[in-house]
Amino acid sequence: MILLCFILIPLSAGGLAWVAERWHAQAPRWLALAAMLADFALGLGVWIHFRPGALARLRPPAAAHPAPAWLLQLDWHWIPRFGIRFHLALDGLSLLLLLLTFFLGIVSVLVSWTEIRERVGFFHLNLLWVLAGVTGVFLALDLFLFYFAWELMLVPMFFLIALWGHERRRYASVKFFLFTQLSGLLMLIAILALVFAHAAATGVLTFEYAALLGTPLSGAAAWWIMLGFFIAFAVKLPAVPVHTWLPDAHTEAPTAGSVVLAGLLLKTGAYGLLRFVLPLFPRVSHQFAPLAMLLAVLGILYGGLLAYGQNDFKRMVAYTSVSHLGFVLLGIYAGNALALDGALVTMIAHGISTGALFVLAGLLQQRLHTRDLNAMNGLWDTVPRLSGVALFFALASLGLPGLGDFVGEFLVLLGAWPVSRLLAAFAAAGILVATFYALRLVQRAFHGPNRHAWRLPDLSRRETLALAPMILVLLWLGLFPSTVLRTFRLVIPSLQPPAAPAVLPAAPAAPGKALRP
Amino acid sequence: MNRAGFLALLPLIVLAATIVVVMLSIAWRRRHGLTLALTLAGLALGFASLWIAAPLAPCQVTPLLVLDRYSLFFFGLFFTSEFAIALLAYDYLRRHEVPREEFYLLSLLATLGAAVLAASSHFASFFLGLETMSISLYALIAYLRPRPRPLEAGVKYLVLAAASAAFLLFGIALIYAALGTLDFRRIAPALAAPSVPPAYLAAGFVLLLAGIGFKLALVPFHLWTPDVYEGAPAPVAAWIATLSKGSIFALLLRFLYSSRLLAGPAAHRLLLVLSLIAFLSMILGNLLALLQSNVKRILAYSSIAHMGYLLVPVLAGLRPAHRSLAVEAVAFYLVAYFLTTLGAFGVIGVLSTAQSDAGRIEDFQGLFWRRPLLAGIFAVMLFSLAGIPATAGFMGKYYLVAAGASAAAWALIVVLVVTSVIGLFYYLRIVAALFAPLAPAPSPRLSPASGLVLGALLVGLIWLGVFPEPMIRLIHALAIR
Repeated sequence: MILLCFILIPLSAGGLAWVAERWHAQAPRWLALAAMLADFALGLGVWIHFRPGALARLRPPAAAHPAPAWLLQLDWHWIPRFGIRFHLALDGLSLLLLLLTFFLGIVSVLVSWTEIRERVGFFHLNLLWVLAGVTGVFLALDLFLFYFAWELMLVPMFFLIALWGHERRRYASVKFFLFTQLSGLLMLIAILALVFAHAAATGVLTFEYAALLGTPLSGAAAWWIMLGFFIAFAVKLPAVPVHTWLPDAHTEAPTAGSVVLAGLLLKTGAYGLLRFVLPLFPRVSHQFAPLAMLLAVLGILYGGLLAYGQNDFKRMVAYTSVSHLGFVLLGIYAGNALALDGALVTMIAHGISTGALFVLAGLLQQRLHTRDLNAMNGLWDTVPRLSGVALFFALASLGLPGLGDFVGEFLVLLGAWPVSRLLAAFAAAGILVATFYALRLVQRAFHGPNRHAWRLPDLSRRETLALAPMILVLLWLGLFPSTVLRTFRLVIPSLQPPAAPAVLPAAPAAPGKALRP
Repeated sequence: MNRAGFLALLPLIVLAATIVVVMLSIAWRRRHGLTLALTLAGLALGFASLWIAAPLAPCQVTPLLVLDRYSLFFFGLFFTSEFAIALLAYDYLRRHEVPREEFYLLSLLATLGAAVLAASSHFASFFLGLETMSISLYALIAYLRPRPRPLEAGVKYLVLAAASAAFLLFGIALIYAALGTLDFRRIAPALAAPSVPPAYLAAGFVLLLAGIGFKLALVPFHLWTPDVYEGAPAPVAAWIATLSKGSIFALLLRFLYSSRLLAGPAAHRLLLVLSLIAFLSMILGNLLALLQSNVKRILAYSSIAHMGYLLVPVLAGLRPAHRSLAVEAVAFYLVAYFLTTLGAFGVIGVLSTAQSDAGRIEDFQGLFWRRPLLAGIFAVMLFSLAGIPATAGFMGKYYLVAAGASAAAWALIVVLVVTSVIGLFYYLRIVAALFAPLAPAPSPRLSPASGLVLGALLVGLIWLGVFPEPMIRLIHALAIR
């Protein structure tokens, strides 16, 4: 039931927020904030309850069973005709990503407080529904339900960009929607191909994750189906050749939209790779890994170089996402626990550091009405606190030791090194590129003489309230990553089945009906 | 015909009786409200009589009509849709200075034709049903005579439909010449005879397909569609988009599956023709819609594409192993498509004025901020057409892809997916207009009747998208005899 609450709270609060606008102009904001706080508290409660120490006592690790160890589950009938179930489940990976979701949800509500002034109710409806969709993606364990949530989170995101975005919002929102929809439909074909292949082999039509894990597939079929999934997730991630929607969408979205896009929607792509592509297609993924890692390194370098060339604050940050998510892709496909650890920490740290940079870009845009770095120059004079915070997050982004991003990228490199030294070396060069673009950002925007004689208000109390926890979390991730990693470590065996031909035990009493021809 | 046959035929008899009663009442006194009430009551009675007919199904009544669950299901769908259209038309017609009552008479007559099509198992009843429907439609399209556009559309439809009916008859004649039977189910045994001339058969089938393709507006027989959609009054356009196409599709499916023509000697080439039509309809329908700026024309081209999508399960189901899933997919998709299209045209009808139908994108500019409910309904309808989750259109598209995937028709599915993303582009254009900044334009209020229908359609649409199981269970029992 807790799992259902995670989704229902934002969903219902969103609907309520829309109506509440009539009672009071600020009501939607408070409602949204309360919903996100409630979800976050709930998530924290679950985390503390299932902390690794307690878990070890509950379930001895001796049971070295590759089947995932779910902390919480909810399994209802939905569409029995096709063996579709309303199946939610939570493990360490989803729990950590959920916490990130709700944390960034709180931040998004706070940063929209003064930025969004029109159609406040409808804005919060969309914001909360995106978050509910993301939550659904992280929890769904039935492939149909996963696809359902995956597509559903796009619609409110489309509205967020199309209605509250910047100058070229129409173009950006449509491009975003078309890219993700096309890739999503490819995934639907892949899901159905997998399901029917499973049905042909076993006679059971089911969309259940656990049942599909052991689907015997011929080599060619496995390749095609895996590619269908991979493309969908690679577009979302984004990996290099299919990343072109990202700079537009991130740049044109309102601040909260950018935070959710960069912090969460991109993570759904990484989550999909971790949860579905690796375990469902262990053998093919293993063969595919070199290519994926090559794409990852290309993304790291290409994203970094493009970021260096941007003059638009948000566009620059958007390209850094391509670079950082390259590390995630590299870590996922490097194929060892160390690299996976790194990928996870990078996911969380990137969500926070990039999210914060987008928040800062939004705050500056609100004050300056421009995102052009050329128009900034020497802002430290007038907004010292804001500039200091920006310096902190720029340093986090370039991988300063002691902060979350460093831990993640370092672990990824450490894990990738034994797999391919060449690629690891090139990826390491990506950190160097990050130094260039991050320092260039700080130098161009905040240092130097205040040539345009800006006089601006510094961070308000509400803005500080949104940014301070982000600083703390990044420091905590950088200094005590093991607190997070211990939760994640329990999940790794289930994400990394042996690369040899997988003979997984069939799920006990797999739900779903026999295929009726 | 015995007593059971009469009882099984009851839905059609009730509908026919309703038509007579409505006609007499109009002759007696012209009262718009009374005519509507009689129409609705007749349709409700007809719907209720489905429960009397259902236990007797399947039942062959004369060689012409077969009353099985499949035809009864479509009766129910058609009656419900006609019910909704009549209610929507009531508001629409009140704004116009024309004789209003005959609209119901004609549309009931057309519904009778559609129902006969869904139940026919013989070329004779096929042609009778088709003509009953078409002739009523000629008058309905040109119903608003004072306006030039409807008249033009009506004449265009008349000429092309008459030509296509001629093709159809010639095709039927050739098939008869080749096989010596007009009964769908006698075709399969006749095909086995060694003396079948394949040229007659192939030519006959292609001509038949041309006639059917015209009614379904499949490429390359689609040229009339945008003009007629644009010119016809909104409720009539809704009728053409839903009942006219749905009934022909129900017939096509029954004809193909019970005649097994595509298992015959000329099967290979016929299959190629049908696949080509499907590909072309999906691709051209979506591409041409991109070029339009009138919402009714966009819906016209999108309907071409949707009929192309619907051919995917039909083709997938030609092998008997995949047949039942194909029938299920077509039936579910048609239900979803009916709901969605009725809703979309219903909104257009509500926004129309006495001078002209709403159609230009500007008519919808910023509608959400003036009439959130109306615009919300329209947006959901468009999302359903685009196949976004939590709408019936999504489950429908899921069904199509599932039917295709189960038969491993990968080329068709990939084209379906790619073209439906193109389709998304023009749906989003309308959605973006709905939510764009406010344009100063008057917008009519939602009247109770239209509001009720649109609300019910919305609820049905989301219900089918989220809890499709009851409908699936209903449809799962359908089978073509």
